[in-house]
Amino acid sequence: MTQEQELVREFLLESYENLERLDQDFLVLEQNPQDRQRLQSIFRTIHTLKGTCGFFGFSRLERLAHAGENLLGRLRDGELDLTPDMAQTLLHMVDRIRRLLAGIERSGTEPDEDVEPIVAELHRWVAGQPCATAREAPAPSTADEHPQSAPASRTVPDVPGTEQQSPPTQEPGDTQALPVLEDKPVAETVPSLADSTLRVDVAVLDKLMNLVGELVLTRNRILQCSNAGLDDTLVAAIQRLDLVTTELQENVMKLRMQPIGNLWNKFPRMVRDRAYACGKKVHLVMEGADTELDKTLIEAVRDPLTHILRNAIDHGIESPADRRQAGKPEEGTIVLRAYHEGGQVTIEVSDDGRGLDWERIRAKALAAGLVTAEQAARMSTRDLSQLVFLPGFSTAQQVTRLSGRGVGMDVVRTCIERIGGLVDIYSESGRGTTLTLKIPLTLAIVPALIVECAGDRYAIPQASLLKLVKLAEGHSDKCLEWVHGAPAFRLHGRLLPVVCLQRLLGLSACADACTARSLVVLHADERSFGLIVDKICDTEDIVVKPLSRHLKGIPIYAGATILGDGTVALILDVMGMAQEVHLAGSEYREETRTHQALAERGHWVTLLVVECGGQRLALPLAQVYRLEEVPASRLERASGSEVLQYRDRIMPLVRLGTLLGVPQTLSQRLPVVVCRQPEGDDFVGLIVDRIVDFVETELHPDLTAGRPSAGALVLAGRVTELLDLGAVCAHAVPRSAAAGKGAL
Amino acid sequence: MSASQATRQIYTFYLDRHIFGVPVTCVQEILRLQMLTRVPRSASVVAGLVNLRGHIVTALDVRARLHLPPRPEQLCPMNVVVHTSAGPVSLLVDRTGDVLDCDPAQCEPVPDTVDAGLRPLFTGVLKLPDRLVLLVDVERVVTLPERVGAT
Repeated sequence: MTQEQELVREFLLESYENLERLDQDFLVLEQNPQDRQRLQSIFRTIHTLKGTCGFFGFSRLERLAHAGENLLGRLRDGELDLTPDMAQTLLHMVDRIRRLLAGIERSGTEPDEDVEPIVAELHRWVAGQPCATAREAPAPSTADEHPQSAPASRTVPDVPGTEQQSPPTQEPGDTQALPVLEDKPVAETVPSLADSTLRVDVAVLDKLMNLVGELVLTRNRILQCSNAGLDDTLVAAIQRLDLVTTELQENVMKLRMQPIGNLWNKFPRMVRDRAYACGKKVHLVMEGADTELDKTLIEAVRDPLTHILRNAIDHGIESPADRRQAGKPEEGTIVLRAYHEGGQVTIEVSDDGRGLDWERIRAKALAAGLVTAEQAARMSTRDLSQLVFLPGFSTAQQVTRLSGRGVGMDVVRTCIERIGGLVDIYSESGRGTTLTLKIPLTLAIVPALIVECAGDRYAIPQASLLKLVKLAEGHSDKCLEWVHGAPAFRLHGRLLPVVCLQRLLGLSACADACTARSLVVLHADERSFGLIVDKICDTEDIVVKPLSRHLKGIPIYAGATILGDGTVALILDVMGMAQEVHLAGSEYREETRTHQALAERGHWVTLLVVECGGQRLALPLAQVYRLEEVPASRLERASGSEVLQYRDRIMPLVRLGTLLGVPQTLSQRLPVVVCRQPEGDDFVGLIVDRIVDFVETELHPDLTAGRPSAGALVLAGRVTELLDLGAVCAHAVPRSAAAGKGAL
Repeated sequence: MSASQATRQIYTFYLDRHIFGVPVTCVQEILRLQMLTRVPRSASVVAGLVNLRGHIVTALDVRARLHLPPRPEQLCPMNVVVHTSAGPVSLLVDRTGDVLDCDPAQCEPVPDTVDAGLRPLFTGVLKLPDRLVLLVDVERVVTLPERVGAT
């Protein structure tokens, strides 16, 4: 079925329903002509019908509805009073509309029926000429008023096939005036659309779903029992039950499925309007509109998709002039694509616009303090593209206007993750951007891993499951290690933060008791973590049920479910758990914050150790941009301090020895540690005697030392002072700040 | 839900040494459920979740809600499932009592001497010849303290 046909079908269904109500409304109205509310409702129905007809180009229908709307408008406004004769005309109109709709349903086009007599009659009522009543053949003299109206010889054509027909309209002119279509036989063989579909309350469907869920559980129990030696007939019956139940479940699931095209139908218009408003040309291509997914999910992706499309038009697609210049066709293309893949639905939104502006994102991330200079320089485009999903990025108007993405992308991600989906972005500068949404087929039934903790069972949605590890005791690569009291696990050579479920549940301070249990490696919000559980039981398809209001606000639960044996189990919310343990915050932000808080609390970091005047100094590697060796001859002076031309900028230099009041060795080649100043993104160079080493350590600084130092610690058997870069810059840079800011 | 003036029926239940009543109309069913899934980190009043023929219903420990001593271990509670604005909720009670006709003439407001924090949970006192029945406001009892404070 083409999209056009689909739309017409929907229009017909809706109109039939409305007309059904209209009949009743008119009858009630006749009893009580002053019922303004009902008039209003009738008016609205006809008005809607008229509007939609215009859209499809059903001109007769539109003309008829328009005439009816005029009359109804006057009635509604109290300018005319409804008389039984007038009601008769209006009912005629309704019947005629119904007949036209039936014709459209059969042939797809408007039947060749004459509506003019009724239109004329309606016009006369509007004009306040009550002389022509519906009881008699209407006066044919309206042609002068309405040039388009019917030939004068025609009378009101009647509707033979409809039961609503009331006796007074059987005028003598009836039969001869009957228009072309003799629709009765057809109508009998082909059931009307209105009869072949049924609108069902979603709540009823949900209830049905629940009941089927129950039936599945009961079936499971019976199957378990049937293993215990029953007689053959019973076993056969049980097998039959099993089959029927499975089929029933599949069919009920289907009831909730809808093609995603239902949602997409609204997009072409939106895209057109938006593009027009932006002065751009955009062509929307939709592929896979018949891909089906759960109705609730369709609702859930509506806003994110709208948002993404809007972004693509506003920021992604360039203006026609820019596109011409870039050698692209003036008209931009946005492709919406949906398909099933591995039990999930993938929805892609691609545009052929300008793509993401990596440098802008990098600069913005730095300015917003999301990453350090060194990290920013190191970040791949893939890492950078992930930044647009950070909440901090959403407000960045300047960047988004130029880069093309960012407004509310964090919201998009939250929406999609809430329904157990994933969002990814891929972009090529100048070539376009593709956003990929991967969402589950249905929310109602979720595959889950059942784990046991402190005697209770919990369900973990498998969507966020990465790996299961059986923990061993003692010292091997399969056991937990401890980082400052926090458990961690080496997964593929990388340290994985680990949380004890029992502790998350507040059941005990698990501490060292976490031995020889199982580790569930989970993935949330781009980060992984391990969850220690007592036992991994099984996998099971579960029906997710919401928690009552008494349990809202406990972030670690996503709902509850009933397991195969009838017990209730809580469903763990992986995102919620991750946030609980402060993992879900962005990796980058996490790191910067850690460095800032370095002096206050111990943390595992890599330090760069340098020597200066016989003293050992250390600073976090994350603050270091580059290590350089500079000939002493290249040093210059500006505003009374030493500077170095570095990357087209004037970089102030700090002799650490001078700062610390220790003599520094003089050499021809100076090791310079280039750092980004904590305030702003200028460089500062620290002249040291010697670069010693990189040391990975847990920081436990004693806050005893002087101001340039954030504390001291023992590294490789020597007391090493931890440099506070901020303090160093504050001491040394202000004098040269003016020079440092000027570009060469 | 104020004490209605018309005669109505009251379902009574026991907690500790006290007898309480709720309007029969708000009781959906009474049953003894064996399986109760505890919910770690929930309010102490939440006893757990029960499977009521495929519906997951939150069970509240009414003893805790009414500041009564904890139920003795050996005492197996009854689930009184009541209708509330938040759907069905199960109230755990020690044992069920009779259904009584409640004549408004026999009712009196809750004495001021009752714990002020709990007084809003009761709609009145029904005077029986031999004892007093505290009439409970179901909506308020199933609304946990923070929310009562908020409203």
